[in-house]
Amino acid sequence: MLRFILSRVGMVIPTFFGITFLSFLLIRLVPGDPIEVRVGERGISPERLAMFRTELGLDQPLWRQFFDYVGGVLSGDLGVSLVTRNPVLSEFLTLFPATIELSLCAILLAIAIGLPAGMVAAVKRGTIFDHGVMGLSLTGYSMPIFWWGLLLILTFSVQLGWTPVSGRLSALYYVEPVTGFLLLDSLLSGEEGAFGSAVQHLILPAIVLGTIPLAVIARMTRSAMLEVLGEDYIRTARAKGLSPVRVVGLHALRNALIPVVTVIGLQVGTLLGGAILTETIFAWPGIGKWLIESINRRDYPALQGGVLLVATTVILVNLMVDLLYGVLNPRIRHRR
Amino acid sequence: MSDAAPRPLAEFWHVFQQSRGALLGLAVIAAISLIALFAELVAPHSPIEQFREFLLTPPAWQAGGTVQFPLGTDDIGRDVLSRLIHGARLSMLIGLIVVTLSLAVGLALGLLGGFFGGWVDTAIMRMMDIMLALPSLLLAIVIAAILGPGLFNAMLAVSVTVVPHYARLTRAAVLAELTKDYVIASRMAGAGVFRLMFVVVLPNCLAPLIVQATLGFSSAILDAAALGFLGLGAQPPTPEWGTMLASSLQFLQRAPWVVTYPGLAILITVLAFNLLGDGLRDALDPKLKQ
Repeated sequence: MLRFILSRVGMVIPTFFGITFLSFLLIRLVPGDPIEVRVGERGISPERLAMFRTELGLDQPLWRQFFDYVGGVLSGDLGVSLVTRNPVLSEFLTLFPATIELSLCAILLAIAIGLPAGMVAAVKRGTIFDHGVMGLSLTGYSMPIFWWGLLLILTFSVQLGWTPVSGRLSALYYVEPVTGFLLLDSLLSGEEGAFGSAVQHLILPAIVLGTIPLAVIARMTRSAMLEVLGEDYIRTARAKGLSPVRVVGLHALRNALIPVVTVIGLQVGTLLGGAILTETIFAWPGIGKWLIESINRRDYPALQGGVLLVATTVILVNLMVDLLYGVLNPRIRHRR
Repeated sequence: MSDAAPRPLAEFWHVFQQSRGALLGLAVIAAISLIALFAELVAPHSPIEQFREFLLTPPAWQAGGTVQFPLGTDDIGRDVLSRLIHGARLSMLIGLIVVTLSLAVGLALGLLGGFFGGWVDTAIMRMMDIMLALPSLLLAIVIAAILGPGLFNAMLAVSVTVVPHYARLTRAAVLAELTKDYVIASRMAGAGVFRLMFVVVLPNCLAPLIVQATLGFSSAILDAAALGFLGLGAQPPTPEWGTMLASSLQFLQRAPWVVTYPGLAILITVLAFNLLGDGLRDALDPKLKQ
């Protein structure tokens, strides 16, 4: 088991350094130099330009810059945002809980609907219900989520007035940030109505962000379930006279879940990519919106750090899924 | 040749036409392709002509609408339908260019890795892993931001993000084929590396690649539209669907149609390619059947 864990962790390290190199390279590939691009429009004296360069280490040779960058990364220093002058890491950490909260709710929603829908579709294979679920999930999978979000805003916020258009919390409330997760913080604050407001703000973005994972999970559950339902041991269980609910819900589901869990783990990339669009539409103050703003403000250090941190998150979650998979499934653990 | 060739095709068509979804997808794609090809003839107006006395006219069936503009007009009086029709041309072009570029590069990398193995293979696959660690939309956004906004740069950016899929798929197919007897036989017969690659092995790896390429159309159209929506893709007044959406955002409440139809066009096109891809997978590659 230890060997398995070590080998998987060992495989991740080169990928991490690759990402570090890639994110370093990115802002050097920008035509011109980030400082000039950033301040050029306003006109700036050459002395101040040189000062900025020295401050950011851009006057050093490239290899030196890279080693400085890696050294910084390893000690948790990702540079300073050109716009706010705050450390990039602390900006990221302030905004990250909002994205995690949104992503978690989205994936929970996707699992809560996708898993049962896929199961029932498999059991009722070939029926109208099956075709309906498959048709809907293919539609969900093909959805331009930025448009989907606008449609939902138009219907539920503008026409029906059920949900707010944007943000995380009504301006009526002030909630002390303790965990950064507004659902928890609003409960902790004890302020009446704050929790309801947070939930209302969260519903539409979570639906939008959860749509594609929901479609993927429903499709995967159905196909995994169909495969398992054809196995001998299921026939045996049925022959023993076990109730269909027990056969499907217990015996079949347990094995069908293995590929589904993997697929859920792989959705973390989809979620963080989708968060960029979702947060932009709903003015959700998270990482996705921040990354787009950094691009628009040409805040390259922030972009560089953000890309590195998002990729690291994806790598770590995938590693955890991989390890979990090995724990659940001994065949994987002992393969090599 | 003529005796042997029709058989696999006929067999393929037999399985393919059993899927109603796949046929529907194919029909929709054919229709959109025709519209895209003959956009000038089909569209009632020019996509950039501004009818100043018809600003934000609603669709024909709503109060205040006119048959002159079946799907209404946008904020500067351009016909929405005509813009959508010309946008179809852009979207199909985006799909075609992105798939061609990424397939060519991915195929080359996969063949190199599969055939040469060793450090070449390791280096290529590590690179692909690194690229896959980034959410594809984020990678596309960053590349588009570096290259500068624009339709062609957006296509390049999206192409780069999908290369790893083709490279991995090709490599896996090549590795599976290389151990087979017919490859060993032609190797013994003295076939050179290039002959082995392109004449012997590649044709037998095509099935999963064709499926992936079809599905690649849908993700290319979707991602390019997302870039357009974020302002990093095609720039106004180009009638690209995502860009159209972005530039009409502020009229969402007053004139929902300027937002509704471009999105619907994206959804229908992407859905058609996904339906076709699913059907092709069932017909070409029974092993992948889900």
